[in-house]
Amino acid sequence: MTPTSSSDTLTPPAAPAPSGPAGGGARASRRFPWRLIAGKLVGAVVVLWGAATAAFLAQTALPGDRATIILNIRAGQAIERTPAELAAINQEYGLQNPLLVQYLEYLRGIVTGDLGTSYQQHRPVAAIIGEQMWPTIVLTLTAIALAWVIMVVWVTLTAGRGTKVSSVGAVLDTAVAGLPHYWLGIILLLVFALTLGWFPVISGTSPNGLFLPALTLAIPLAGFMGQATRAEFERSLDQPFVITARMRGMGDWGVRLKHVLRHSVLPAVTLSGWALGATISGAVIVESIFTRSGIGSVLVTAVNTQDLPVVTGIVILIAALYVVANILVDIAYVIIDPRLKKS
Amino acid sequence: MTALGQPLLTKPVSAKLAATPWGFFLAIAVLLFFVVAAVFPAALATHDPYAMNFANALHPPSFEFWFGTDESGRDLYSRVIYGTRESLLIGVGATAVSLSLALVLGSLAALAGRFASAAVNRIIEVLFAFPTLLLALLLVAVIGPSAMSQVVAVGVGTAPGYARIIRGQILKAKDSGYVEAAVALGHPRAWILRNHVLPNALRPLVAIFALSVGQSIVWASSLSFLGLGVAPPSPEWGALLDAGKQYITQAGWLTVLPGLVIVVLALAATTLGKHIQNILEKDEK
Repeated sequence: MTPTSSSDTLTPPAAPAPSGPAGGGARASRRFPWRLIAGKLVGAVVVLWGAATAAFLAQTALPGDRATIILNIRAGQAIERTPAELAAINQEYGLQNPLLVQYLEYLRGIVTGDLGTSYQQHRPVAAIIGEQMWPTIVLTLTAIALAWVIMVVWVTLTAGRGTKVSSVGAVLDTAVAGLPHYWLGIILLLVFALTLGWFPVISGTSPNGLFLPALTLAIPLAGFMGQATRAEFERSLDQPFVITARMRGMGDWGVRLKHVLRHSVLPAVTLSGWALGATISGAVIVESIFTRSGIGSVLVTAVNTQDLPVVTGIVILIAALYVVANILVDIAYVIIDPRLKKS
Repeated sequence: MTALGQPLLTKPVSAKLAATPWGFFLAIAVLLFFVVAAVFPAALATHDPYAMNFANALHPPSFEFWFGTDESGRDLYSRVIYGTRESLLIGVGATAVSLSLALVLGSLAALAGRFASAAVNRIIEVLFAFPTLLLALLLVAVIGPSAMSQVVAVGVGTAPGYARIIRGQILKAKDSGYVEAAVALGHPRAWILRNHVLPNALRPLVAIFALSVGQSIVWASSLSFLGLGVAPPSPEWGALLDAGKQYITQAGWLTVLPGLVIVVLALAATTLGKHIQNILEKDEK
């Protein structure tokens, strides 16, 4: 399954094999596809609206009287509350209004950047997320960049090198793609931080502490993108343009780096949009292993205490990042594959 | 991982892993071992999984204690064996939830009328914008942490991806030559659906089931690792990880070895799933 939105026309369809870019090229418009991007923006808004609706429903689905729940979460108790206490909370969170009014209020809040108020901390969710988001974003982007480097080097070195080398490469792709983050993280922590002492055990926010968490996220991702790239890489090696380049006297490395690689990273570019969301949620686990500050510990605490506005705020934000990343991926597609621009 | 469970089904090249027969037999052997452990744990355990012995606390892996002991001196290997049943049940349960939901969403998206299918497609799309772990965390936040909420959370979290696969399969079958032929022959729609479209579209589900059980166990143990699943002192694998987490610096085996068991099981399930997939693909040719 190719993790792109199904309405995409530029990206390959969710078919088992990554189709050659020619499939998308035939449908692309002559100039820069403004209309296509406008259509995608509309689709993105619809997805975000759906995400916000799901978040609202999750908040109302909490079993029991919400005002009582909020009070109990805040006080860490589970007791009956007096009507006077409840009235104050109902007033504060607007819970006395009909559900539809609450829903519209919620949507209006999201549009203006108000993600609600934390049940537990009694502060705006946007402020709580804002304080902790940056280290997570840095970690995620570093991990994705690292994954690209690992993947490109590994695939260029091993793809199409005879049965033995290629299958070792492919088996390793599959094996690392399936590694759980918590396990890989613990191994890296034990080996490189505790035994060898090359990196700090508690990474906090230090740049030196960034490497192991980023590597933990990058290795499985590299395996995933490697699977997609390797298939395309090996297909491209037999293409006429590669034979032409070889006939011109180009060396093997030149062919691989200049022609084949560029041709075969497209499926991995497609994956990058999806990878952003997956990597951020992986960061929740990795931050917990390496005691790194970020959105992860906020989220885990909020889930534990059923502080739903914080949970849904984070979920909506990450869904938004996913949507934005996918639009960027579609634009990157046109830049990487010039045929889509002028075909 | 995260990455886990997502586009596993795409690449024929990585199927080379499954193409080697020894890999397939090894996977079967591993899975059989875990099934025996789930049904007759006493047959495989070497110690009483609940017996505390503080004289042997945090004993590293040895001939006597294969996986070492925990902070109360309990034998970790025996605890892993006794935790197998609950871990497998969570994995299979989550897969059942996931595939049922995916089947409903996927076939509605592919077969319902124009407006209904557009709406269902959008729902799948929205769910897909939530990464698996995040969707699962959202559900745990609503239901509260427990084994049951793990089953539901992981099941719902992994469903959107499978819904897309099922939708794709049904659409592919609908567009195929044999359906066109059946339409030309004048067979009724429902008959074609029942006899041609669904059997062909749903055959890959067997492979997906095997893949999904492995993935679900990994997701569920990720939740437990965060302290949001089955709680220690249960010997469920995720709970073992959660309990071992605080001893990482003194006793790494408490997390590394249960984690390794999960990795081995997931790899075996993936290998089996890909092998079944290969057989099905060969049949199609």
